Amino acid sequence: MTAYFIQAFIYLCAAVIAVPLAKRFGLGSVLGYLMAGVVIGPIIGLVGSETNTLQHFAEFGVVMMLFLVGLELEPRMLWDMRNKLIGLGGLQIGGTTAIITAAGIYFGLSWSIALTVGLIFALSSTAIVLQTFNEKALSKTEGGKNAFSVLLFQDIAVIPMLALIPLLALPELVEQAQAAVGQAAQQHEELSLVAGLPGWAYGIVVMLAIAAVVVGGHYLSRPLFRYVASSGLREIFTATALMLVIGIAALMSLVGLSPALGTFLAGVVLANSEFRHELESNIEPFKGLLLGLFFITVGAGIDFGVLASNVGPVLGITAGVMLVKALVLFVLALIFRIKNSDRWLFALSLAQAGEFGFVLLSYTVQNHVIPTDLAQILSLVVALSMFLTPGLFIFFDKVIVPRFEHFENDREADEITENGTVIIAGIGRFGQMVNRFLRANKIDTVVLDHQISQVENLKKINVKSFYGDATQPDLLHTAGIEDATMLVIAIDNNERAVELTKYVKHTYPKVKVFARAFDRGHHFELKHAGADFIISETYHSALELGKEALISLGVHPFKAEQKKATLRELELCYKDSLFESWKKKTEDSKYSAHFRELFIELETAIAKAMKSDHFDEQARVERGWTPPPKDYEKRMNRDE
Amino acid sequence: MSEDKKKILVLFAHPSQERSEVNKPLFTACQQHGDVTAIDLYREYPTFHIDIDKEQQRLIEHDVIIFLFPLYWYSTPAILKQWQDLVLEYGFAYGANGHALQGKTFLCAVTAGGSEAAYQKEGYNHFSIRELLHPLEQTASLTGMIYLAPFVLFSARSAVEEDRVNAHIESLRHLLTALANDTLDVETASSLPVLNTNLSNLFNA
Ligand SMILES: Cc1cc2nc3c(=O)[nH]c(=O)nc-3n(C[C@H](O)[C@H](O)[C@H](O)COP(=O)(O)O)c2cc1C
Repeated sequence: MTAYFIQAFIYLCAAVIAVPLAKRFGLGSVLGYLMAGVVIGPIIGLVGSETNTLQHFAEFGVVMMLFLVGLELEPRMLWDMRNKLIGLGGLQIGGTTAIITAAGIYFGLSWSIALTVGLIFALSSTAIVLQTFNEKALSKTEGGKNAFSVLLFQDIAVIPMLALIPLLALPELVEQAQAAVGQAAQQHEELSLVAGLPGWAYGIVVMLAIAAVVVGGHYLSRPLFRYVASSGLREIFTATALMLVIGIAALMSLVGLSPALGTFLAGVVLANSEFRHELESNIEPFKGLLLGLFFITVGAGIDFGVLASNVGPVLGITAGVMLVKALVLFVLALIFRIKNSDRWLFALSLAQAGEFGFVLLSYTVQNHVIPTDLAQILSLVVALSMFLTPGLFIFFDKVIVPRFEHFENDREADEITENGTVIIAGIGRFGQMVNRFLRANKIDTVVLDHQISQVENLKKINVKSFYGDATQPDLLHTAGIEDATMLVIAIDNNERAVELTKYVKHTYPKVKVFARAFDRGHHFELKHAGADFIISETYHSALELGKEALISLGVHPFKAEQKKATLRELELCYKDSLFESWKKKTEDSKYSAHFRELFIELETAIAKAMKSDHFDEQARVERGWTPPPKDYEKRMNRDE
Repeated sequence: MSEDKKKILVLFAHPSQERSEVNKPLFTACQQHGDVTAIDLYREYPTFHIDIDKEQQRLIEHDVIIFLFPLYWYSTPAILKQWQDLVLEYGFAYGANGHALQGKTFLCAVTAGGSEAAYQKEGYNHFSIRELLHPLEQTASLTGMIYLAPFVLFSARSAVEEDRVNAHIESLRHLLTALANDTLDVETASSLPVLNTNLSNLFNA
């Protein structure tokens, strides 16, 4: 036990030190994990033999990642992007794979190995590229959007690759492996449902398993989540999410399919579910940690001996791969009319190999497709190309952009700023009205609520709504708070509304916060927390009812409207000073003496203002459509 | 007989009616007249959100359109301007297919603080009421309506004290009846500077 604690501590410690450092230098977290691994592995030698076992465990992070990739793939979005996805993405993978495979065969690799290597290098690093785009605000440029389509296609393409690679297994490697297994006596035999089945029966079992995932995901998941959600226990929801992913992985392994494939499918099936965001935010941290662990083990597994004796080949292959990738991308950019600096951005940003490369490499080794020593070298190539990526972005910034500066200025005009989405937290009666109003005016909204019945009702009328606790940063994150223009807070818990305001204004100062207040005290708290606009929930309806009462008691409607406006103005006038004195309120009494005084002052001012326009002598002082004095013409003549 | 009667629409605009000394009773007289639909615009649209369809439908259903208002800065109170801007749409009131108002009769019933003497070239207002209301006269012309000379109460601020209100209301009643029965000498009525100087002479037998 002690040993485990110490090891876990070493891994975590390395990650905690290296990842933030890497981010600070613009290298991205994947490289941070790799470096952490390199330091604790080959350099200091703190960890060693257990990395291999750990890596198997950490690969589960990849399974989770594919589940999340699946969740992100809303069928409609995919359909909208189909041309770019298949055109750009398909040609990129096809072209790169073909050239690298040809080169591999030319250098004497067998075709199956060459093809595998081609596939591995065709992939780019989603993690590094998207993060860099975000940091440099390039996501919305033409180059950025097209690069995103390619990355998305690559992520999807991993699935068929995982299916294809085992078929390329080298007989001699398999033999070796089997011999080794044979020696270890077959006590370790893997559990399997399909061992020894004839081909046709195997086919049926596989179909049944996939059908189970799709149908179960579609019909059973919802009642299950609803049941769990109604218990209101967050950790049980997390447990359910994990159970789902692990269960599917287990089922797939049992029938001899890739677990990643199964969870990916499940993800796609659940992409339209109202539980999507909550699932994402529950799985995300596990995925992050496990993937991090995976990259650390990759780093720790780097053999400096191999590197030292293969410096030439590693450098050569890296340069070759990046050149081929950039070239293919550049040609695609020409074909798809991506212009100016965007063309360069597109070509340069995706020129590296990616984290999926590591995944596929370890997968190929397990499946006896590539010999271990070659995999070692290729692993170094993937890592090196990723290390060079920040350099390419710097090259883009310093050399390419200045050359196209004058073109850019022409182009600026057609870049229409999207008005962004509005996240509505809390979809009770209040939030619903706000949502309906915004949607009627073509504003994109994302709705969050922790009451499953509300969410379901809205789903029925086609409102994009998600189940979850809006005050959880994770859920806000998956709902897209970074890119949202506004957060409307209409949740029914006063303290949480204030906390949420504080959190969002602090973490995402650009996001506007419009909040509903319960009463005056709550109003001030929200204001203090930094909300941009606050409305007391009963204020307007009470005024409106008061006004209607006046009308039905005989006051002219236009007059009643004026009186309402007067009251509002007076309140406004006093609001700031009331707020200031509220802020200074003494610790022991909720309302300080001064606050109470102000309140009384406000009340008298209101009474006075309301009285002053009675039809009496006071009328002379009323403003607004005051007729001139009866004898005004005589007075004018006197003046002349 | 009553089938042949002209239908009259009175659009009344006064933002502070609790202080009105003449317009309010004038409006009451309109409300009491059997052939008149009397609309208090500030009551119907206290937030100025005018229902365009409803107003256009009203116009279609009536033959005589009357604006009843106190003169505010030589023009109508704001809501009447708002009403014109929204209701008199292209394709309804003017333009290629805008013939809805063609042939209707239009009249302004105005009260002014200034005296008749003031509304003359030599007076301190320099222009006659009819001249000052030229924008409305031209609006009537563009929309194909027959424009009658304005029906005016001068020195409205002292009308109660000088006991002129009742007579003015009485004149308005007769005018409304004549309009409804189509017994007004329209030709003369549209050529005068103001309608009420010798009103009874304009009524045909
Ligand atoms: C805002 C305002 C503007 C006015 N402008 C004029 C004006 O331009 N010419 C004029 O003769 N009287 C003007 N008056 C006086 C009104 O016409 C007069 O008060 C009104 O006709 C009296 O009718 P009432 O008792 O029904 O309100 C104005 C009055 C107000 C309140």
